[in-house]
Amino acid sequence: MTVTQRYRYIYKPVIFVLSLMPLLWLACGLFGWLGASLGADPVKKLEHELGKTALNLLLLTLAVTPLRLLLGNPHLLRVRRMLGLFAFSYVLLHFTVYVVLDLELNWRAVGSEIVKRPYITLGLLALLLLVPLAVTSTQRMMRRLGRRWHSLHRLIYPIAILGVWHFYWQVKRDVREPLLYAAILAALLLFRVLRRYGRPALTSKSGSATAPGRT
Amino acid sequence: MPVRFPTIRPSEITPESVYLSRRALLAGVLAGAASTALPALEAPSPLPKLPYQPNAQLSVSEAPNKYDEITQYNNFYEFGVDKADPAANAHTLRPRPWSVAVQGEAEVTGTFNLEDLLKGQALEERIYRFRCVETWAMVIPWIGLPLAQLLARFKPNSRAKYVEFTTLQDPQQMPGQRSRVLEWPYVEGLRIDEAMHPLALMVVGLYGHVLPNQNGAPLRLIVPWKYGFKSVKSIVKIRFTATQPRTAWNVAAPNEYGFYANVNPAVDHPRWSQATERRIGAPFLAARRPTLPFNGYATQVAGLYAGMDLRRNF
Repeated sequence: MTVTQRYRYIYKPVIFVLSLMPLLWLACGLFGWLGASLGADPVKKLEHELGKTALNLLLLTLAVTPLRLLLGNPHLLRVRRMLGLFAFSYVLLHFTVYVVLDLELNWRAVGSEIVKRPYITLGLLALLLLVPLAVTSTQRMMRRLGRRWHSLHRLIYPIAILGVWHFYWQVKRDVREPLLYAAILAALLLFRVLRRYGRPALTSKSGSATAPGRT
Repeated sequence: MPVRFPTIRPSEITPESVYLSRRALLAGVLAGAASTALPALEAPSPLPKLPYQPNAQLSVSEAPNKYDEITQYNNFYEFGVDKADPAANAHTLRPRPWSVAVQGEAEVTGTFNLEDLLKGQALEERIYRFRCVETWAMVIPWIGLPLAQLLARFKPNSRAKYVEFTTLQDPQQMPGQRSRVLEWPYVEGLRIDEAMHPLALMVVGLYGHVLPNQNGAPLRLIVPWKYGFKSVKSIVKIRFTATQPRTAWNVAAPNEYGFYANVNPAVDHPRWSQATERRIGAPFLAARRPTLPFNGYATQVAGLYAGMDLRRNF
């Protein structure tokens, strides 16, 4: 089996199924399958779990490049698009649950929350910024945009910061979990800073600036 | 402050007959027997039953939340910050025997055995609305006695302007206290006239049975017109004071949680709206409803705050 075949027939399908697991588990809870339950407040549980899964996938997407370089395995890049698109899908579901099940399609409330609640504003901004990245994620768009594709997809950094900030700002008191996310994100971003301005050891393996996966 | 009487459309209320027949049906199905109707507000609690009289006059007519909802979804940081933590962890609490220290500006002070304090006190059931500052809400059948009745036994003197309540501090029994998410022990307080209001309830039971640990056993406060964090749990100390107590959430985030903490749809939490709430257990797309001033108890309690700026004294 060639590397391409291994990715196409084994690794990617496995990652696809794994990425769907949180959604399947939530569906089990929602419908009471397999003895799963979402507890007394299923709406909040759905909302929070979808949001956290989106952040997990976003951080995984950002971990691909450091892992690829540290492990010296350029093929890892092949799974990044799928992770990114799953992150976007979970963000969309998270927002849909918020608008439909939490605010119950009260559009006036949606509007005023977006304007008045900074953490909602941040979250929505992150969602909107993800849209062009999802739209331009195809091979064709990559070819068409060329170098501009890389510049555009650097948006993932501010998006991840907005997402973690959104998480941090909405918790009532116990900020330990959002701080853990912030620490992981900081490490992933620091890797890029060091690679660009710092230690040559990290830059040497990375290839030319136009290599796919610069982000 | 405009005072509005709670408006609940008759159509929103499940008629008791329907509610009871559902339970009876369910019980019948589960038992595999002919319909053995359950009593109105008994729950599948493993804890001992309590003798009580329903107080219909001070109860809302809405159907209460299920026992499982009330006992599996709690904010009780002494056992962890997740809503499911108290139910999972509160077994370490030992609510019996229990003593309560009474201190401060009162004639009768000292340490009392809880059983002695409750001896001869008639218990009543009151079905109250419960509104959390996080915007979820329930309807709960508490068993207890009027706080005023209990406090009167200690004969507070004229310097007693406030009452302070303190939760047990013991990380052995309350593992959540090993984390410093709040300042321990948890302290709450009321102005003396609030404490003496007939709606303020000292609670010892739920759904006809002794209070489960995760709901604040063996003794907790319920102030139905205030956000839930005012209703302090597992009380070990009652202190009458001349000055306003330093209350836990107010100390933790003074700009977000006031001393009064009256339910008020017109005054938002800095980070979220308080205009509406979501009733736990309600069907999807029909759970959100407007929050009522003083949680629907405005006619009874608004007078306590006459002339006060409730925006400043949030």
